This record gives sequence, C-alpha cells and structure tokens, in this order.
Amino acid sequence: MLRAAVTFGRLLRRAGVAAGPDRVVEFIRALGELDPARREDVYWAGRTTLCSRREDLELYDKAFRAFWEGDERRALRAPKTRISFAPMDDSVQPPKKTVERSERGEEAVRLRYSPIDMLRKKNFALYTPEEFAELNKLLADLKLSGALRRSRRLEPAPRGRHDPHRTLRGALRTGGEPMRHRFRRARSRPRRVVLLCDISGSMASYSRVLLRFMHAGVISGEKLEAFVLGTRLTRITRELATRNPDRALSEASGAVRDWSGGTRLGDVLKEFVDRWGQRGMARGSVMVILSDGWDRGDVDVLAEQMMRLSRLAYRVIWVNPLKAAPGYQPLARGMAAALPHVDVFLSGHNFESLEELARAIAGAASQE
Amino acid sequence: MSEAGNGRRGALPPGVSRSLELGEKLRGEGYLADEGLATAIFLALKLGRPLFLEGEAGVGKTEVAKVLSRLLDTPLIRLQCYEGIDVHQAVYEWDYARQLLHIRTAEAFGEREERQRFEDELYTRQFLVSRPLLQAIEHEGAIPPVLLIDEVDRADDEFEAFLLEILSDFAITIPEIGTVQATRPPVAVLTSNRTREVHDALKRRCLYFYIDHPGLEREVEIVRMRVPGADERLARQVATAVQGLRSMDLYKPPGVAETLDWTEALVALGAKELDEALIEATLGSVVKYREDQQRALGASLSLLTGTGA
Repeated sequence: MLRAAVTFGRLLRRAGVAAGPDRVVEFIRALGELDPARREDVYWAGRTTLCSRREDLELYDKAFRAFWEGDERRALRAPKTRISFAPMDDSVQPPKKTVERSERGEEAVRLRYSPIDMLRKKNFALYTPEEFAELNKLLADLKLSGALRRSRRLEPAPRGRHDPHRTLRGALRTGGEPMRHRFRRARSRPRRVVLLCDISGSMASYSRVLLRFMHAGVISGEKLEAFVLGTRLTRITRELATRNPDRALSEASGAVRDWSGGTRLGDVLKEFVDRWGQRGMARGSVMVILSDGWDRGDVDVLAEQMMRLSRLAYRVIWVNPLKAAPGYQPLARGMAAALPHVDVFLSGHNFESLEELARAIAGAASQE
Repeated sequence: MSEAGNGRRGALPPGVSRSLELGEKLRGEGYLADEGLATAIFLALKLGRPLFLEGEAGVGKTEVAKVLSRLLDTPLIRLQCYEGIDVHQAVYEWDYARQLLHIRTAEAFGEREERQRFEDELYTRQFLVSRPLLQAIEHEGAIPPVLLIDEVDRADDEFEAFLLEILSDFAITIPEIGTVQATRPPVAVLTSNRTREVHDALKRRCLYFYIDHPGLEREVEIVRMRVPGADERLARQVATAVQGLRSMDLYKPPGVAETLDWTEALVALGAKELDEALIEATLGSVVKYREDQQRALGASLSLLTGTGA
C-alpha cells in the first residue's frame, strides 16, 4: 500500500498536481485512519490530502481512475499538449522585412550600433532578433505598479490616528508621562494590475513582446496577474514568475493550448469576469487588455462584458498595436463595441508606447 | 510537519470511528454532507489538521465550522478576514490604557528602584488582550474549540504569513512574552471564495476540499431539513428551479443559502406551490443582479415551473 501511495503521488506530480512528499505522507496517514480496501475511502483520502486547487481535481480524477483502476497508460500521458514557442526568428519576424522599405533600411543598419533611441520608437513588428535581445534589457528596467489606493494597514506618520502603542513606548522614557503623542495613518498601496493579452493569430507579431512585457511586470514583484486570451482563457501568472525570460515564456507557452487560433474575445472575457473578475480580482484594479479587438464571436457579448469590467475595475486600459497606424479607425467590430467602456486607449506597438502604458497603469497618464 | 504524526490527538465526537458515522452525526445537527465532505471532516478531526474549504459563495463552507462546534459541544471562535487585518485585530493587542495607569501607579509609589520592576511588569500576560487566534490557542478545556478563519482570501499576504506558524505548530510567538503553545490544537476550518489564490505554503498545511453545489435530491433534502415549514412539493419545485437557474449562465448563480432564503420567503407568503407570479415577486431573494433577473424571468415559465431542468 505504501509503495502504491508513493507511486501514485509521483504519477500525480507528473500530471501537474503539486503533491509533494509531505502531502504523500499525509495521504498515507489518512489511509491509516480509513479503510484502504474501500474505493471511496482511498479516493477521498487522496483527494483531500493530495490536491490543493480546484484545477487539481480533474487531473486527480483522471490519475485515480488510471492508477487504481487499471489503464495506466492513459494517465501517464501528460494532460496538456505542449505547444512550444516557435523560435523567435521565424515567428515574430515579418518575412518582408529584409526586402522592402529602402528608407527604413538605413535605419536598421544604424540601429544595430547605437540603437536605443531608435529602438524605442520602432514598431515591434519590424524587429530583428538582435533587437529583441536588446529589448529584454530595456524591459528589465520597466516598472509596472498600479495607481495608488489607500490600504487599511496603518503606518507611522506625523499626524493621523492616535497610536497608543508607540505613545506608550515613548512614555516609558519620560517616566510614564506621554509627552509626545504618536500617530499613524493608512498607508497607500499600489492597486492590483491585471493584464489580459490576446494571443490570436492577428496579434502574432506583437504577442511575444507583450508577453515579455507581462513577464517583466510579474517578476518586478508588484501585485500583478497575467492571463492570455485565445479561444480560451489561461492564467499564466505562475508560469511567468520565473526570473529567466526565456524559461518563463516557455513555461507559459506550455500552459497555453491555443496559440494563434481565432479569438472569441467576448466569450473569453466573460470567462474571465465570471471566474476571476467578479469574485475580486478585477475589483478596484487596473485592468489592461492587450488586443487588436478582432472578435469572431458575438459583439454584443463583448460589449456587455466590457461594461461589467468597467464597473468592477478602477480603470480599464485597452492597448491596441494597430492604433499606431496613421489614420487608424476602430473599425474592428469588437474594438468599436469595447471602446465606450475603456478609460485609456493606447497603442503599444513600440517600446515608447509601453512606457506610456506603464505610466497609465500608475495613473499618471492623461485620460484621453 | 515532523511532529504532526505523533503529538496530536484527534477530536472526534464520541461514538464516531468512521467517516460514515460522522456523516450521520452531521445530519443529526442539520448539515447534509456528501461522502467526500464527511471524509474530509473526519480526517481533519482525526489527524488534527486544518481543513481548507473552497467553493462558490453560499454552498455552506462557514456552516461546516458552526455545525462542528455544535457537534463537539465546544465554542466557535471566528475570525472574519478582511483586507488590512493585522496582528492587533487577529492575535493580540496590548491594553494601553491599563499599562499607562500602571506606570502612573508606579509614579505614585515613587521609589526609584521599584520603577524598573514596574516597567518589566508592563509587558506581561495581564496587560494582553487576546483576539480570536490567541483565544483559540489558549483555550482551556477537554475539547478544543473550533477555530473558523473565514474568507482567508480577503486578507493580504502579510497576514497569511502569521497563519503559517499558527496552523502548523498551533503556537503563537509574542516577542515580549515568548511562545504560547496550545495544549490541544483547535479544530481549524479555513474558508475561501477564491477571490485570489491563497499561498501554497498555507494550503500545504491543510486538508483541501472543494464544495460543489449539491445535486437535486440533496438540495431538496437540505431545504426540507432547514425550512421545516416548506412541504415536499414546494421544496422540490424550488430546488428544481434553482438547479435550472444554475445552469442558466447567470453572473452569480444562486448558492444553497439563496435556495433557503427563497424557500423561506415563499413560506412566509404562505405559498404551497411555485407559480410565475410568485417567482416574479420573490426572485430578489435568489437572483441579485438586474441582468440575471431579466434572464431568469424571461425563462421563468419553461425553466422554473416546468420540468425543463
């Protein structure tokens, strides 16, 4: 039994459930209290001790069926089909780059030498692989922290609410006479920032950079949540939490099952609001949606979800890389439907605009 | 983790040695738990581990703690979490007014060598006001209390760190005094609505259970048990309607708590049977978004009174 329990734990870990050895020990103890000969007992003992998230439950059920009821092969297959990121030179790089634009050609040559300024203004869609490497350094300096809000935690301050604890400590020094009164007041803390990045086919030339941008935000240690929107919603905050950008991105791509598919923006947003947003993640937060607004689904759904979101969030920022094109009009139906519920509309096609986005997130940008 | 295995004795109610028996006892106290939940509670009591309950609002997470305190006949100590909660509200606080008074008394005596002694006395147990967590740890008595830490997800990360020490060792360290250790660990129940992900380190110390909405038969049974005024027919209709509402893709699907509220509202109106007019009049007790109400009313005939769901 002991052996079986340990093997089962390993199987679960392979399937993606964080069931460490301590949990397995707990599982074995639980089995000791129940009747290991009964299927139900083994099932529930394992489920309460080895799982710790709702997402685990489905994986657990599968693994349980496979392990304790035969059919081991099915469970051993990894539950997620890993689609790896195509290496960046062929995914992000637009094929025309080398051929066209003679007037930009000069720029590109110079860029390779002291390019920072140029690089900041250059459209991501036109980046070369070396420039991507350069961009990583720029992103590392970018700070992403939400606009401030008053927290309920108090901190010492020259005036505010009376602080008896510190007053008393001071009074000890003056023979019990509280000569100086101390005060504290609510501290300001940055709001939570939630980033939703569209990874559908039409965003392909930007999504890689935008994911890097999200990664830079996640590892900067601010309160930040990251999701990607495709045909479905995937939370990648955990996956992005690795410091090394390449590893973080490959982790994230492993978690996502629908790279460069179509978008049903409205439905996916609905999933976000239902599962995360309304329960608290979006409340009082700065919501950032990075998308070109192409929606294959029902536009009314998108409009309705954007309205819900704008009621929950402190501020809704929409970043659309297409906005940078001269004479851009929000013609994509989804974009047009969403705009009335958006507080700040930005472009996000080059590094400078990402800096602008960072300022907007911090609440400094003017509301357009 | 190491001492977990030996030091702790379980706190099972008398006459219970298997999870099914516990399920029966819970039913006796008016709580219908399915086998999974009964097993989870059984293990939590037997192994002396905190129980971490997750699930939609209104599925009866908090109720588990309440019913346990009735069943074990022991006080329920409740800590409602909120953003910004800190040690002073959750664990302990010094009684400043009394401390100041104490210093003044020392002044009145006026003896210089006595002064130091008075000051030392300032930070002793008698000037400490205990808040829920300390109360639970210090509780004296044969049966440990039930400690309910409600909606942990609302507290911030700093607070989770406090909970780690308390939930793994059932001890609290107060810098001025030392470590207070529980003689018998409280039965700890944590609930979360999942507004954010609680830290893994905290979850690792707990048994985990996700409470789902009940199925139709169990919900009928729950309504019958909790609202004695409702007869079988009404209870079944309400439960069917609520199940229908849950499948309707609402912003906020109703929980069991709403089912009970609704039934009570209907009973208060003297209803014996659900009809469209009654639904319209009482819908506010189950469905609490305007958009949801419109959606529900639109489908009321087919879904609610009918056998549709």
